[in-house]
Amino acid sequence: MSARWLAVLLLAALPAFGQQSGFAGLGADVEGFALPDAAYDLTFPRDHGAHEDFRIEWWYLTANLRDAEGRDYGAQWTLFRSALAPDGPESGWSAPQVWMAHAAVTTPDGHHFAERFGRGGIGQAGVTAAPFSAWIDDWEMTAPNAASGIDRLHVAARGSDFALSLEAEAQGPLVLHGADGFSIKSEAGQASHYYSQPFYEVSGRLTLPQGEVEVTGQAWLDREWSSQPLDRSQQGWDWMALHLDDGRRLMAAQVRGQPSFVFGSLIAPDGNVQPLTGDDLRLTPGRAIPPTTWRVELPAAGLDLDIEAVNPDANMATSVPYWEGPVRIGGSATGRGYLELTGYPPGQGVSGRSGG
Amino acid sequence: MSLRRAALVLGALLSHWRKRPLQLAMLLAGLMLATALWSGVQAINAEARASYATAASRLGTGALARLQPAPGSVLTTGDHVRLRRAGWLVSPVAEGQLRLGGARVSVMGIEPVTRLGLASAGGGVGETEELLRFITPPGLGYANAETAAALESADLGGLTIRLDPDAPANTLIVDIGIAQSLLRLEDRLTALILAEDQPVGLPPLTEAAPHLVRVEPGQGSTDPSALTRSFHLNLTAFALLSFIVGLFITQSAVGLAFEQRRPMLRTLRALGVARAEVMALMAAELAIAALVAGAAGIVLGWAMAAALMPGVAATLSGLYGAEVSGALALRPGWVASGLAMALAGTALAGARGLAQTARMPLLAAGQAAPWAEATARGLRRQALAAAVLIAGVPLCLAVGGLVAGFAALACGLLAAALLLPVALDAALRLAAKLARGVLTGWFVADTRQQLGGLSLALMALMLALAANIGVGTMVGSFRATFTGWLDQRLAAELYVTARTEPEAAAIRVWLGERADAVLPIWNAEAPLADQPGRVYGFIDHATYRESWPMLSAEPGVWERVAQGEAALVNEQLARRAELRLGDPLDLPGGPLPIAGIYSDYGNPNPQAMIGLDAFTARFPGAPRLYQAVRVPPEDAAGLAEAMRDEFDLPASAVVDQDRAKRVSLQIFDRTFAVTAALNVLTLAVAGIALLTGLLTLASIRLPQLAPVWAAGIPRARLARLDLARTLILALATAVYAVPVGLGLAWMLLTVINVEAFGWRLPMLVSPDLLARLGVAALLTALAAGSLPALRLARITPGKLLRVFADER
Repeated sequence: MSARWLAVLLLAALPAFGQQSGFAGLGADVEGFALPDAAYDLTFPRDHGAHEDFRIEWWYLTANLRDAEGRDYGAQWTLFRSALAPDGPESGWSAPQVWMAHAAVTTPDGHHFAERFGRGGIGQAGVTAAPFSAWIDDWEMTAPNAASGIDRLHVAARGSDFALSLEAEAQGPLVLHGADGFSIKSEAGQASHYYSQPFYEVSGRLTLPQGEVEVTGQAWLDREWSSQPLDRSQQGWDWMALHLDDGRRLMAAQVRGQPSFVFGSLIAPDGNVQPLTGDDLRLTPGRAIPPTTWRVELPAAGLDLDIEAVNPDANMATSVPYWEGPVRIGGSATGRGYLELTGYPPGQGVSGRSGG
Repeated sequence: MSLRRAALVLGALLSHWRKRPLQLAMLLAGLMLATALWSGVQAINAEARASYATAASRLGTGALARLQPAPGSVLTTGDHVRLRRAGWLVSPVAEGQLRLGGARVSVMGIEPVTRLGLASAGGGVGETEELLRFITPPGLGYANAETAAALESADLGGLTIRLDPDAPANTLIVDIGIAQSLLRLEDRLTALILAEDQPVGLPPLTEAAPHLVRVEPGQGSTDPSALTRSFHLNLTAFALLSFIVGLFITQSAVGLAFEQRRPMLRTLRALGVARAEVMALMAAELAIAALVAGAAGIVLGWAMAAALMPGVAATLSGLYGAEVSGALALRPGWVASGLAMALAGTALAGARGLAQTARMPLLAAGQAAPWAEATARGLRRQALAAAVLIAGVPLCLAVGGLVAGFAALACGLLAAALLLPVALDAALRLAAKLARGVLTGWFVADTRQQLGGLSLALMALMLALAANIGVGTMVGSFRATFTGWLDQRLAAELYVTARTEPEAAAIRVWLGERADAVLPIWNAEAPLADQPGRVYGFIDHATYRESWPMLSAEPGVWERVAQGEAALVNEQLARRAELRLGDPLDLPGGPLPIAGIYSDYGNPNPQAMIGLDAFTARFPGAPRLYQAVRVPPEDAAGLAEAMRDEFDLPASAVVDQDRAKRVSLQIFDRTFAVTAALNVLTLAVAGIALLTGLLTLASIRLPQLAPVWAAGIPRARLARLDLARTLILALATAVYAVPVGLGLAWMLLTVINVEAFGWRLPMLVSPDLLARLGVAALLTALAAGSLPALRLARITPGKLLRVFADER
């Protein structure tokens, strides 16, 4: 979660000519942009598309994969949209939409990633709702036709030392977080529209420096849009999306601050959602910085989980650096998932490269 | 040696300068001027190089390859998107020139978002607000203070200009979309910059964009440093010449100081100061002088460069399209080079004096005269050295190239300088034979005796005069040819540039009823003989047949070109690619035989002309905006006015012939203003050298004058004779300089210009120029000779008498 916010905010804080403007976008005026509304009814396929009157939005897919030998892999495909202004021309160079994307493949001993940038209005990057297609350059996440919504997706990206090509098929319904997709993010009431498709079964191919690998596994798509800036006191975010082997899914996250704001969703195998707050959920980081091991406690559901990164060196050395990679779950239940950590001092042992 | 003793000895040595402040002034002035001329030119060159580097780094594209449309094709935003969607990491660029009244500003349109992904590319955008303003019309532009001031009154459709000290000279950086509208490019781009690291497994570019060509960094017309190298080499050569002339002054001052201090050195040695100590202290003394004069020279050079810089910037922009700041910054590079040259020059000038001191026997009497005497052996040696140098001239010419051309020039000039005393000595020997009367005989003999002491100064004067004649003749020839060429080339009365193609078409229709003829002249960039060049399309018209500056052509050239069967090429292209009439010229869409070669001054790049129909067939995407208009000259002004009103054209869109010629000549004159300024300065330095030499001699040759005075020739007459001698020597030097200067001019016109610009010019000798320089030589000699003559006229008889009493 946090990387998404920060990365999108990066677009509001691109390096100026020779001078770094930091996170100037944090306190930016949001006047004129649409605001998340608790009364808003999410409607599909319309809401799979872009909401250009909102300031920030993302399409965020993470996949836990395994090859024929049982080796664990992680894959990430993310597209961010940032509006510089609430209105403006939809096409041409003066369209005020800016796009950014990250893709990564993580192996137990390697991490490859790439970054892309693009301007809206000229067709280099964009999202259409039906048939669903999200793209930037030659990276894409596309449904075969309008009828399938986002139930079936082709996902592809490549960098200078890796490529990924996955087919995803949803085995369950869409999941709306918070109150029917209205998800509150802070005590002050900052919120977003947030839904997921956590039930993808995937198969596909990863291209790595050592060769091509056929993989299968599970994927989780997050869709979120908002206009509200972060609170300056919030230092960073920890977010995880967990596939339990019993068929349940758990989204658990916290915005670190004084105090930290904890929230989450427990998703039944049939897609039923139970929203979680800090009263239900306890997240305890391990000692490493950034913390790539966690203890996640949800006593009401009888869960006490130990989370451990497949590869602790899954640093995303992108324009805004963060950590994102696959995890293994142990403790009272087993499974696999994805962990995202932001706002920590830059990590060590970064491999891979970025490009635009 | 203790510090105290060293200070004492140094004090004794320096007392010499206290007694002869003028000599000290000469020494310092010579070094200072030499350093000033050298470091001034270095400063100009350093500034220009820094401007090129800033342009490359600020735009962050210097080290990256680019994709450009192949000849005849266009690059559009659609191409950019298609390549990105194929996976290629590119960032678009839209560049062009914006004419604002008489000035031009480069517009650089960038796309900041994709630029973020080009690892080594600089340039980005600011915060949300800044980025939004940058991309939203009317837009936000970045420019340095100089450019911003130039753009102050320009109509940029409401564009806000933000000061950016790092922006390249004379360049406005805007968003790609804003650039497209400012430059009226519609949807066109000029290039795509390729990121260094590309993803794996991309389709080849020849498939993804067959109509684009890849241009590697430093290749093609985008690198100004390659184009302007010859210009900077020219300046450096002149600086070196001036430096050498400046060293002549230093050499004579240092030589005299050593000579005059012989008695003092003898005394010091007799008091027990070791030879090595004296040597070390004298070297220290010279080093101090070099540093003081060098520092002053750098300040003077800086002032000179600052005064010349705007002219140089205008030249580089006008002639080569290279943007250089008109302001000058203090850069450590040329400051260090100036000081190093001052020290090295002093060492060179002082080496002989130090060596003589080292060899001086302790008890030998101070002998001033031998230093000044031209020995027969010395002259023979000089003649031999000159012969070697002369032999080097054809050798250098055989090597070819600009640097070798300058080397040949240097050999020739130095040889001529070395031969000057030999020639003057021979002339004086002849005069001695012809001389009648005692006084005349003495005058000739005395002049011959002084030749040794004055030869360095006379050589300096000769070099300065020859350089003036050579460069003056070259510039004069060039200007005369250029003016005639402009009359031919700018034969039409009006030249109109439309903003869009529909507007251009409307203008042609509108003019159809009002003008005698409308001649479209469209052009496109294309590689010509593997160099970036430009192809023009034109229609057959009497205007061309009557006045085009053709150097050579086949019969029926105009018909054949009009029918698309042949092409014309400019002289530069013909020379560089060694093309002759009838040779095939490779052009997009197939080769055409060359039917004519025309002169094309003021443009260093290859150029070709083909019929308009052939042009539009081969370059379908070229903008069709420019046309020449023929009307009776008296109607031109009215028609221009009516056209501006009818189409609401900016004043700069319609240019009349007079204005075009005036602007062209202005650029031309500014180009050579720098060399003219250097010439005048060189002459001034030579004048100072002559004055130093004369003052030196005046102090030495009293023993030779005293007997003549004693024999009854009054001091005033002696002084007049002295002045006459100086003038005669200067005049003889000037006469000698004429063939040397004309030789220099010939070399400049037929070797240097051909190498540097690619054109050869007829040499036009101007008697006017020669006469002016003869007068300048005499005035220089008069100025230099007056003071010593005046001193001689006012010398007290006691001093002359003392000569007989003194033991020398």
